[in-house]
Amino acid sequence: MKNDIVLAGVGGQGILTIAAIVGRAAVGRGLNVKQSEVHGMAQRGGSVSSHLRLSSDTIWSDLIPLGGADVLLSVEPLEALRHMAQLAPNGVLLATDVPITNIGDYPDLEAIKAEIRRYPRQVLINADQMAKDAGSIRAMNMVMLGALSCFLDLPVDTLTGTIQDVFARKGDKVVEVNLKAFAAGRAAGQTVER
Amino acid sequence: MAQKLLLGDEAVAQAALDAGIVGCYAYPGTPSTEIMEYIQGSAEARERRVHSQWSTNEKSAMEEALGVSYCGRRALVCMKHVGLNVASDGFVNSAITGTEGGLVVTVADDPSMHSSQNEQDSRFYAQFALVPCFEPSNQQEAYDMVGVAMDMSEELKVPVMLRIVTRMAHSRANIATGATRPAAPVRIPQDLSRFVLLPVNARKGYARLVEKQPEFLKRAEDSRFNRLIAGPDRSLGIIAAGIGFNYLMETFGGEPCPHPVLKVSQYPLPRKQLLQLFDQCQKVLVIEDGAPFIEGMLHGPMGPSDRVLGRLTGQLPRMGELTPDVVAKALGKEAKAGPPASSLLRPRPPRLCDGCPHASSYEAILEAVKDAGPGHVFSDIGCYTLGALPPYNAINSCVDMGASISMAKGAADAGLRPAIAVIGDSTFTHSGMTPLLDAVLENSPITVIVLDNGTTGMTGGQVSAATGRLENIAAGLGVPKEHIRVFEALPKNHAQNVQALKEEIVHEGVSFVIARRECIQTARKAK
Repeated sequence: MKNDIVLAGVGGQGILTIAAIVGRAAVGRGLNVKQSEVHGMAQRGGSVSSHLRLSSDTIWSDLIPLGGADVLLSVEPLEALRHMAQLAPNGVLLATDVPITNIGDYPDLEAIKAEIRRYPRQVLINADQMAKDAGSIRAMNMVMLGALSCFLDLPVDTLTGTIQDVFARKGDKVVEVNLKAFAAGRAAGQTVER
Repeated sequence: MAQKLLLGDEAVAQAALDAGIVGCYAYPGTPSTEIMEYIQGSAEARERRVHSQWSTNEKSAMEEALGVSYCGRRALVCMKHVGLNVASDGFVNSAITGTEGGLVVTVADDPSMHSSQNEQDSRFYAQFALVPCFEPSNQQEAYDMVGVAMDMSEELKVPVMLRIVTRMAHSRANIATGATRPAAPVRIPQDLSRFVLLPVNARKGYARLVEKQPEFLKRAEDSRFNRLIAGPDRSLGIIAAGIGFNYLMETFGGEPCPHPVLKVSQYPLPRKQLLQLFDQCQKVLVIEDGAPFIEGMLHGPMGPSDRVLGRLTGQLPRMGELTPDVVAKALGKEAKAGPPASSLLRPRPPRLCDGCPHASSYEAILEAVKDAGPGHVFSDIGCYTLGALPPYNAINSCVDMGASISMAKGAADAGLRPAIAVIGDSTFTHSGMTPLLDAVLENSPITVIVLDNGTTGMTGGQVSAATGRLENIAAGLGVPKEHIRVFEALPKNHAQNVQALKEEIVHEGVSFVIARRECIQTARKAK
C-alpha cells in the first residue's frame, strides 16, 4: 500500500500536528514513513506545506511528485488552490472554508469555494465550527485528520489510539474533545466515495 | 535496534550521541537548528552531561569543538551553510592541525534559499579544506554516516564534514538506531606542537594533510555509501549524489533504474567507479542537489564536455533544489501535474506576526528618518529582515550576520548622513560587536538600533546570548553612556520613541539604541 498526502496551510496553523499523528500511527503499524516539513522564515504567517508519505515498500523521495498526491488536505481554502497541481488524477481534496486573510488582496471567498467544489472528489467543511461544536476550536486539526482518516490505509482505532497517546498528558477532557472532533471530521469524509 | 521516526537533523543528533560525543556546538540556523535542539531535549544527553548550550556564533562553535577534539574526546559541530563562512577560519585550519577525538562538522545547505540569502554548496568547502565529506541520500544513511565519520575522523586525525540539505534535514523517516559507545576520557595530545600553527609546524601539518589525500580517496572508493549499480541501458550513465539518488529512484517508481548508476555519498569522488561508469557509458547525467559541483569538475575548465549532462548543460535547472519532477524531466519523463493553478491564487509571503515588537520599532524608525528620505537604513539577518517588505519597506540591506553595523559605518565613512544600522539582539552578539568597536574607535556618526526581543526569533526562539547584557556590552566597547538609550517597542510609546531616535540620529558619533520588547511568539509560549 501507499498513501501520499500533501498538507497545506498558513504558518502557525499546526498542520505538522496532523502529520505527526499519522506518522506515529503508521510507524506503529510497521509502515515506512517520510514526512517533509517547512521551518524557518516561511513559518512566519506565509504559505506552508508538508509532504507525508506512508508505504509498505521503500519510500524514495521525501517530496511527492506533481500529480502524485492521493490526498490534498488544506486547513485554509486559498492554500488548497495553491497545491492543486500535486493532486493525482483521482485524488481527494479536503479543505476548510475558513480563510486566513492576512494578505491585502485576499480573493473572493465564494469564488474560492466554488472552485474547490468544482473538483470531483472534495470535502469542503467549516472545520473551525465543527471543532467548536466538539468542545474547542483548537481541535480543528483533529476534524481534518478525521476527514483524512477515510482515505488512509490505517485502521481507525490506530489513529484514535495515537490521538489518545498524544493528548493524554493534557487530561481526559482534551482527549475527549479531540476524539469528538476526529469523529465529526470522519463523518464528513465519509461523504466521498473511497 | 530501536525504530524511531526522526527528522534528518534529529537522526544526525541521535547518531552523534550514540557515537559518544561529549558536546554539540552550534549557533541556530535553518535548516540545521533541530540537531542541537534534539540534544537539548534528550534525556540521555542530559544524563551523560553532553554539552548542548548554544554558542555565540559558528566560529566559536567550531573552535570550541576543536578544543574538545584536542582533549581526545568527540564533538559534533552544526551550522547552516552560510554559518560555515563564519566558521571557515577554524574549519580550514582544523584540517591543518588535525584532530584527536572525532570531530564531525555538519553543514546544512539550503538550495532554493527557503530561509537563506544564498544557496552555496558546502562540498566546495570540504574540497577546499582537503577533508572527507559525507552526503547522505536518506535519513538512515545520515544516522549511519555520523558513526563512520566519527571513527574516520579519529583514525585519520582529520575533521570530517557531513553535508545535508533542507529536504534531508527537515524530513522525517524511520530510523533504526545502533549501540551507544561510551565517551572517551580526557587525553592530552602526544604531539603538543601539532596544534601550534606557527609556520614551521603548519608546514608539517599541511604536508600531513596532503599525504592523507590518497587514503581519503581509497576510503571513498571502498565506501559502502558509494556504489556502482549495473544497468542494461548504457546509452546513458547517471551519477546521483546525496539526495539526488532518491529522486532518481522515485522516477522509476520502485523498478530498478535501467541505466548504470553511480551513487555518490562520500567524497573525494570515487575515481575508480567514476572511470568504470565512463568506460561503460558515452554520456553521463549528473544529478546533485545544490551547485554543479561534480558536474563542473567533470567538464573541467575546457568544457563543456559533450559526455557530461546536468545543470550546466540545461537538462536540469542551473539553480534551485532538486525535486522529483525536475529529475524525471531530465530523464525524459513528462510530469503528470494535476489541475492547473487557479487564477484566484495570490502569493502569501511570510510577514511579521501580529503584535510583533519589530513592527512598533519600524514604525518609529520610519518616522524618525522620514526627513532624510529612503536609503539610510542598513539591516541584518533575522525576523526583522521582513521589514524590507510592505507595508514597512523600512530597510535597505541584509547581507550577512553583523553587516548592518559595518555597512552603516562604511557608509558614514563615505559621507552618508544619517547612517543607521538595525540589528537583532542575537545577531548583534553573533557578529555585531566587532564592527561596533570599529565605529567606536573612530567615533563614526552611526546610529545602531538593536531590536531586542530577548530571543533568537527566526529559528524558533532559542536563548539569546545578548539577553541582559546589551547595555553593558555597548558601554564596555566604549559607546558613551549618554548615547546608550533604551526604549520599549510598544505602539503607545511611539511619539517618545521617535523623539529618542531623532535625538540620536543627529548625534555626530556612535549611538546605541535598544528597542526592547519580548518576541510575541516566545511570550505566547511562556504563558
